[in-house]
Amino acid sequence: MSVDLRPAPAAGRRATGPAGDRRSPFRSRLSRLDVKFSPYLFISPFYVVFLVFGAFPLGYTVWVSLHDWELASGLRDFVGLQNYRELLVDADFWNSVVNTIGIFVISTVPQLLIALFVANLLNRRLRGSTLFRIGIILPLVTSTAAVAIVFTQLFAADYGMVNWLLGLVGIDDIAWQADRGWSWIAIASMVDWRWTGYNALIYLAAMQAIPKDLYEAAAIDGASRLRQFWSITIPMLRPTIIFTVIISTIGGLQLFTEPVLFGGGRMEGGPVHQYQTVSMYMFDNAFRNDDYGYGAAVAWMLFVLIIVFSLLNFLFIRRTGGTK
Amino acid sequence: MRVNKRRGLSTAVAAVLAGILLSTTACGGDDGGDDGGAATSGPVELTVDTFGQFGYEDLYKQYEASHPNVKIKQRNVAQLDQYIPRMQQWMATGSGAGDVVAIEEGILPTYMQQRSKFVNLFDFGAASLEQNFLPWKWKLGLSPDGKQLVGLGTDIGPMGMCYRKDLFAKADLPTDRDEVSKLWPDWPAFLETGKKFQSKVSGTKFLDGPTAIWRTTVAQEGGKGAGYTYFDTSDKLVFDSNPAVKTAFDTTLKFQTEGLTANMRIFTPEWQTALKRDTFATLPCPAWMLGGIEEFSGDNGKGKWDVATVPGGSGTWGGSWLAVPKQSKHQKEAAELAKFLTSPEGQLAAYKSKNTFPSSPKAQQDPAVTGKTNAYFGEAPIGKIFSEMSSQVKPIYLGPKNEAVREDVEDVLLGVGQNKIKADQAWSKAVEAAQKAAR
Repeated sequence: MSVDLRPAPAAGRRATGPAGDRRSPFRSRLSRLDVKFSPYLFISPFYVVFLVFGAFPLGYTVWVSLHDWELASGLRDFVGLQNYRELLVDADFWNSVVNTIGIFVISTVPQLLIALFVANLLNRRLRGSTLFRIGIILPLVTSTAAVAIVFTQLFAADYGMVNWLLGLVGIDDIAWQADRGWSWIAIASMVDWRWTGYNALIYLAAMQAIPKDLYEAAAIDGASRLRQFWSITIPMLRPTIIFTVIISTIGGLQLFTEPVLFGGGRMEGGPVHQYQTVSMYMFDNAFRNDDYGYGAAVAWMLFVLIIVFSLLNFLFIRRTGGTK
Repeated sequence: MRVNKRRGLSTAVAAVLAGILLSTTACGGDDGGDDGGAATSGPVELTVDTFGQFGYEDLYKQYEASHPNVKIKQRNVAQLDQYIPRMQQWMATGSGAGDVVAIEEGILPTYMQQRSKFVNLFDFGAASLEQNFLPWKWKLGLSPDGKQLVGLGTDIGPMGMCYRKDLFAKADLPTDRDEVSKLWPDWPAFLETGKKFQSKVSGTKFLDGPTAIWRTTVAQEGGKGAGYTYFDTSDKLVFDSNPAVKTAFDTTLKFQTEGLTANMRIFTPEWQTALKRDTFATLPCPAWMLGGIEEFSGDNGKGKWDVATVPGGSGTWGGSWLAVPKQSKHQKEAAELAKFLTSPEGQLAAYKSKNTFPSSPKAQQDPAVTGKTNAYFGEAPIGKIFSEMSSQVKPIYLGPKNEAVREDVEDVLLGVGQNKIKADQAWSKAVEAAQKAAR
């Protein structure tokens, strides 16, 4: 915008004489600088905040992970890649990776399928559809901690409601905390309760953007509802599905609050670490065992893991969705 | 000029944003612990960080009354295991800690290593207080060269055994505390009593879990043996070579393999719930545990609990020190408060409130201690029981990573109780866990 103003000071120069002569190159340089750099300044707050709270900790974590670093004793010995070498052969670490991926799979797959199903239902003409749409996203408004605490009570082995209900239909008590598989399911149910509605809402928004005439044309050709869903809705939703899968991957692999509260606020994830996730393992090493270097190394492995999984999921979804 | 103004504006915006983020994260990290550079003039607010039961509430009021310029804020965390990481962050980052912090025996060695972060209480006239404490309690709060006093002792944890009279009656076991004490001179006898109990009563386990008995037996065996447990006095891990540890482990493991425990970890929410029900019948009880039982068991347990002697002689579990971090802005006032709380009179008041057994010989001989009975525990002469035990207590050396080792070995024992670890592999798993935690 200031470019257009340039002729004006140029015209005024002759009138103001030598004094104006000296000032105007400076001014025009200023306005050139303005044009060049102001946009960056406008967007800089985000990057400044990101640098301070995102990039710096990321880099500093690398530095910490190369040390035998203890807070309590103040020990800071440079050990190079030693922490990573130990980590790669650490059975407890791989156990936590398996737990994380296991919980991720049994929570995310049903979650997205249910979300798709629910969104499809809500996409039809319904009485009071707004009410339903608000209803499905309500769980997201509750705090994760509250959800986790309530669910942990429900899944308590001795006096929990789930076991009581199962007892009514003649099923023996399930040791929700002690058994690996059951603990995963309990935790996955917390995750799903909270996030299914969120994903459903995203799918719903995308579904409403699909042109109606596609469905009309298909209906004229005699395609059933199911056929329309698979041949029109799913292909048109592909970018949205990719988005939700990647977001779920990032969230799922960082799973922390639910399993921690499921274990009564402790970091081991059960006596034999049956539901200890990678984030918990990181916290456990850094804060409880006071081994910050090792904890930092775990954090970086988690970072790599998330990138690898996001890429894999991206490729997988693109491939499957790409069949025409 | 314009550009500069804009840059100024955007940096200002960034600064404000950063400030907001900083302040919110600070609030999330601790519950508003920093008093943001309050000036020394005017009223002084002192924050005291404790865990579990210290019984200081009345003492705070008393101190505030006699020191009108001092206001005391208590921050208490229920579980020691959750207090430890907080403390670590406060000390490492140099902010967030209270003006007076409680340091439990298990983490004292860690903070003795970094004593430069605490004020020297000798600078605040604490040298004259030595006769107020048992010699070993005083010495543990002192730096090895004897020049810096890091912490002033609060309580010690002589052991007893709490049991449920009503459940014992159900199992046709004696309920009188002297006869109950005779049932279990040692741990094998305690195990036999447990088997007898569980053959008669269904739905109730004999013990709460492996963690309390593990700590008790480790302390007992360590005291009988070399005077140290997981770590020797040069802080080398001797978990697998110290016979005291192996004996204690085998003793505890038997209760797990025989299924005599409810397999809970002390102070967890489920353990607290269990105390309100008939989930278990006995609980190894250091003196301070009585306050916890009364709190968690509430009306349900009133008149049902009683205290007998602990199998296998005495032992000590727990006990703390009060220290003043250098990050405190009111070191002088904080040191005065710590001296007041740990004085024989202060220890006496805490004892009356939550049964934290005093480490001051003078307080220990006070009739208020020796003659104390506890209504909640059926008028048990707890003063007499714990006084006798405290005279037998032998101090034990603990290493800097003692707590991490303890917690991870507890996991192995709990895993046995959940049938996730086979009993014959438990010891090797425990050794492995200890080595990892001590790294």
